[in-house]
Amino acid sequence: MSGSLSEVLGAHHQACDEAWAAAEERASEGRWDEAGLLLSAFTGAMARHLSTEETVLFPAFEAATRIRGGPTLVMRFEHDQLRQLFGELEAALAAHDAARFAGAGETMMVLLQQHNAKEEHMLYPACEQVLGADTALSSRVKAGLEGGLE
Amino acid sequence: MPHRGCVMTALALDESPPLHAPLRFFATAPIWGAAAGVLTSLRAERVTASRWTPEAFAVVHVLALGFMLQVMAGALLQLLPVAVGSAVPRVRLLARVSHAGLNAGTLLLVAAFLGAGPGWFAAAGAVLLATLAAYVGAVGLCLARARAIGPTLPALRLAVLALGVTVALGVTLALGLGLGWPVPIVELVHLHAAWGVLGFGLCLVLGVAYLVVPMFQLTPAYPVPVARALPLTVFAGLGLWSVGVPLGVEPVAFAGAAVLAAATVAFVAQTLLLLASSKRRIRDTTAWYWRLGLCCLLLAAASASWLHVGCPPQLRAPLEYATGVFVLAGAFPALICGMLYKIVPFLVWLHLSRRGPGAPLMHQVIGEPGPRVQLVTHAAAVIALAAGAASPLLAAFGGALFAASKVLLGLNLVVAISVYRSDHRPAGPAAPARC
Repeated sequence: MSGSLSEVLGAHHQACDEAWAAAEERASEGRWDEAGLLLSAFTGAMARHLSTEETVLFPAFEAATRIRGGPTLVMRFEHDQLRQLFGELEAALAAHDAARFAGAGETMMVLLQQHNAKEEHMLYPACEQVLGADTALSSRVKAGLEGGLE
Repeated sequence: MPHRGCVMTALALDESPPLHAPLRFFATAPIWGAAAGVLTSLRAERVTASRWTPEAFAVVHVLALGFMLQVMAGALLQLLPVAVGSAVPRVRLLARVSHAGLNAGTLLLVAAFLGAGPGWFAAAGAVLLATLAAYVGAVGLCLARARAIGPTLPALRLAVLALGVTVALGVTLALGLGLGWPVPIVELVHLHAAWGVLGFGLCLVLGVAYLVVPMFQLTPAYPVPVARALPLTVFAGLGLWSVGVPLGVEPVAFAGAAVLAAATVAFVAQTLLLLASSKRRIRDTTAWYWRLGLCCLLLAAASASWLHVGCPPQLRAPLEYATGVFVLAGAFPALICGMLYKIVPFLVWLHLSRRGPGAPLMHQVIGEPGPRVQLVTHAAAVIALAAGAASPLLAAFGGALFAASKVLLGLNLVVAISVYRSDHRPAGPAAPARC
């Protein structure tokens, strides 16, 4: 995995999207065992992604701009909303409830996609703007994301 | 290191407006949509006879102002913080004022077309000028401040610029008719229609599609060169059209029409290709609204092209009517409905989730059957309306179906609003403070 922060994190968004699409398809077909494995892969990758942003990227941005109540606060709030929806998905999967899984999945996906769009079009470029080419930071971000989907 | 303020002014990531700001537009639009269907049914002979009858103008403006612009104006207020990271200034006030002005202006204009008298044209022109100048100014300021990367921002900037041109041309026409000014009506109508439908409507769809097609359907992104070139190509075509039509230089106007048709076809082809490569394999009704809308755009481009190349004189009026049906009754309403069925349930969930856990999920706000039934009704309405080019009776039937489709849309939105209102949990401090 190489490239700028935007490219690395954007590519990880796409990898997560693909994992979600596969889980969603299996659940819609009632193949719950396969859906469970794919959902675990998806939520695991997402957990690493969210955690890397919260513990590596956002603190660096907040330190450089000295602003803690701004866009990163909004992103952290949406991360918590996503985690709640992952819990909904796991509960629907455990109950083999297709309608609930589809509803939670649709809600999660729209929230996730609008969240990703804000990050990719605005926050990541802003991070690159204020942080410059910080190779140590990039290495820590890559390390945080690795070990799952790649 | 860049100035800190520059970064922060570019990032208004949670400046989303209150739910009532977009919802008042969304909830009103189906009423106008149903009115357009009823009017078409009642005056089918006159609506299909020629695009220049007062009844045809009335139906066109009920659809264009009452339905299309209504939803688009509300959606832009909601979308801009997410799409370009810049919030519309004084959004609550702007939503109230522009919603009231747009509906009052539309009512006055439609009454004027249906014979209320020249003074109503002048009143409509004045109300719409005041309303839309304020709207274009506020949204234009928001877009000027935005610093987002990607092709959505330039497309939206061109769309709002085109809306300003459309309003200027339309108000000139309204005041000309109302006050007896000697304006070149035919030429201005040709320009007004092209800037409204293609400059504003199509460029807005381009900018929104670049964002939401990959987002909602999990497709690859639009190729950047294509995405950047399409709105510029639309503007190049409009430029040629705007020179060729008023000066009566037929080859230049023809070149403009050809460029516009080519841009439309390229957008449709690119979007259908992306939808075909969607990672999502589940059945999603909103994707079918997109496919229906795109097919109607393609049919509109084909029929408009035929009008410019070898159309027999006796077919000109029916073909102009069919083009109008494909664009105003087919394409834009389908794309709009597809968007509404994603946006509205999500917004209801989003606002209720800020009260804490337990908010109804999207499928509990608007279930799957309602949008699917409306999709079939809408498709049937478009087919019947298009067949109305051959028989006013079919147009009348199509108008009734179109009205039914918009009633169904309205009912689905009412269900969503009732879900929101029936949640009585107190508003908690769950959402973070604004940036």
